[in-house]
Amino acid sequence: MSQALLQLDEVVKRFPVRDTLGRRAGAVHAVDGVSLAVEEGETLAIVGESGCGKSTLGRLMLNLISPDSGTVRFGGEDLARLSAGALRARRRHMQLIFQDPFASLDPRMTVEQAVAEPLRLHGIVPRSQERARVADLLSRVGLRPELARRWPHEFSGGQRQRIAIARALASQPKLIVGDEPVSALDVSVQAQVVNLLSDLIRDLGLTFVLISHDLGVVRHVADRVAVMYLGRIVEQGPAEDVLTDPRHPYTRALLAAVPGHGTKAPPIEGDVPSPISPPPGCRFHTRCPFVEDRCRVTVPLLSAAPHAVACHLDGRLPPPAPRPGRLAGGERLRRLQSFFRAPSPQPGVPQ
Amino acid sequence: MSATSPAVATAAGESPGRRALRRFLRHRLAVFGLVIVVAFILVAILAPVIAPYDPLQTSWSRIRRPPSWEFWMGTDENGRDVLSRVIWGARASLMAGVVSVLGALVIGVPLGLLAGLAGGWVDAIISRIADAMLSVPFLILAIALAAFLGPALENAMLAIAITASPVFVRLSRGMTLDAKSTDWIEASRALGNPPWRTAFVHVLPNIIPPLLVQATLAIAEAIIAEAALSFLGLGQQPPDPSWGSMLNSSQRFLTQAPWLSIFPGVTIMVVVLAFNLMGDGLRDALDPRSEKS
Repeated sequence: MSQALLQLDEVVKRFPVRDTLGRRAGAVHAVDGVSLAVEEGETLAIVGESGCGKSTLGRLMLNLISPDSGTVRFGGEDLARLSAGALRARRRHMQLIFQDPFASLDPRMTVEQAVAEPLRLHGIVPRSQERARVADLLSRVGLRPELARRWPHEFSGGQRQRIAIARALASQPKLIVGDEPVSALDVSVQAQVVNLLSDLIRDLGLTFVLISHDLGVVRHVADRVAVMYLGRIVEQGPAEDVLTDPRHPYTRALLAAVPGHGTKAPPIEGDVPSPISPPPGCRFHTRCPFVEDRCRVTVPLLSAAPHAVACHLDGRLPPPAPRPGRLAGGERLRRLQSFFRAPSPQPGVPQ
Repeated sequence: MSATSPAVATAAGESPGRRALRRFLRHRLAVFGLVIVVAFILVAILAPVIAPYDPLQTSWSRIRRPPSWEFWMGTDENGRDVLSRVIWGARASLMAGVVSVLGALVIGVPLGLLAGLAGGWVDAIISRIADAMLSVPFLILAIALAAFLGPALENAMLAIAITASPVFVRLSRGMTLDAKSTDWIEASRALGNPPWRTAFVHVLPNIIPPLLVQATLAIAEAIIAEAALSFLGLGQQPPDPSWGSMLNSSQRFLTQAPWLSIFPGVTIMVVVLAFNLMGDGLRDALDPRSEKS
C-alpha cells in the first residue's frame, strides 16, 4: 500500500457553546477522534445524518478549520504546522466543492473570473492562455465556453454546480472534497452532476472525498465508505462490503431508510442525541435495537481494516432482513441516469 | 462526457451593476433627484460662467434690494448679488458634502473590513471607538471637532469626515460579517486567497451597494452639517460664499430682507432632498431582495 495522500489521526474538533453572558457553557463535539486515510486515486464517501460532523470533517481535511487535537497530513505534511503562506500554496492541490451552488460563487464575478481565479492565484497558466484554459475547463464540465462572460445569477443550480466543479478543477488539484455536492440540486440534475463527477474522477484519476447522506449517490461513485455517527466513525470499508453487508446497526438503519428499499424496516427510534453532551459508551446505544449493558459504558473501538466496525456486538448481530439484490436508490438513480446519459434509452425503461 | 447544458434564457450577460442602473432609471423620483444633483454639480463647475455678478463685489448703492429682474434673488447687506453667491456657494456646499463623505468612506470602510474580517480584540477596539463616536450627536461632535481644528472650510470638511466615518465602520463591519459567513468567502479561502485579497476582491465589491446608498444619504447630511458649521462661523470664511454662512449673515435681517435667508435656505433644502431621493432610489435599485427585474 502506498503512502496515503490524506491521513487523519485522532482528529478532534469541538466548537465552544457560550451562554447569554458569553461564558463557556460546553462544547459541541463535532468531530471526536476520527482517523482516516485516503489513498491516491480512490474515492472515499463519508456518510451520516445531518449534524453528525461530516461537513466539519471535510473542512478539517482541508485545514479550513484547524483541529483541536490530532493531525491532518496531506502528502505527508502536517497542515497545522505549515505557515499561512505555505498552506495557501498547498491549497492548489486540495479543493472543495460546496453544497449550495447558489452561495458558493461570488455574485460579482463572471464565470470566467471565478474559474480563472485559482489559475491566477497559483500562476498555473500565463495570462495570455487564461481564457483558453477557462474555455477548456468549462467544456470539460459540460458548459458551453460562450457562457464564460455570464454572471452566476443567470444560471440554474446544476449549471452553477458545474461552474463550481470547473473552478475546483482549475488548479489541477490532487484532492477534491465534495461537501454534499448534489444534495441541493433537483433529482434529475443530481444524476447529471453525479455522472459528471464520476466521469471526471475516472478520466482525471482524481482523489475524491464525497460527503453525502444520499446512499444512492455514494454507491454510484465511492470505492470506500466511512459511516459517521455523532462525530465518530462507526463503520468503514470497501463500498460494496459496507453497502451490501453492513455490520453496524446504525449503517443497517441508514440503508433500511433508503426509500423504495422494498422491505419496510422499522425506523430507528428517537432523535440524534445532543452533540453537546453525547451519551457515554457507544454513542448509538440510545437508539440501537440491540443495545446491551456494555454498550452504555464502554466505547467500542474500530476493528481492523479493511471492513472495520465499532460495535460490541460485531459478529453477533442477527442477520439483516432479506433485501432486494440491488439498492433501490441506486436502481432509481440508474434509471434516471439512463435518460440523461445514453442517446438511446435502454430497453425496458418506461418512457 | 455528460450532456451539455440547456440554453440560458435570461438577457445576455447583464452585470449586476447594469441591472441596478436599469432599475434605478425606472424610479422616477430618484431620476428627478439625480437630475437636480447633476444640475447643481454643473452650476458649481460653471459658476464663473453663469454667475451674473462677481459674488464678492460689494456696492453701497444697492444694499438689501428685494428680488428684481436685475437681481433675481436680490442683494445682501453689502450689496452683493445673492444669486451669484448662491451659485458660487454651491461649490463650497457640494465640495463639503462630497469630499467629506469620501473622506468618511476612506476612513471608515477599511476599518470596518478589518474589524469584520479580523474579529476578536481588533474588532472590539474598532467597534467600541465607533460606538463611542456614534453616541455623541452628529452635529455636536462635528462642531466640537471643527472648533478644535480651527475655522476653515477644509477643517470643517475634515471634521465632518471624521464624524461621519463611524457609520461606515459599522455598516461595512456588519456587511463584512454577513459576507464572511457565506460560502463564497470560505470558497475564496479554500482557493488559496490571502486575507487581504479576500477582503478587497470578494468582500468589498459585495458590500458596495449598501455603502453607496449610505454615502448618498450621508452627502445630504454632510451638506447640512457644512451649512450648520458655516452658520456658526466654523466653515467657509467670509467673504467667500457658502449657503450656511449666507444664512448666518442673513439672520439679522429676517424681517427686513427675508430673501437673504429664503434663497440659500430653499437651495439647501432642494439639494438635500435631491440627494435623499437619489439615495432612496439607489437603495431600491440595489436591494437584492426585490429581485423582480
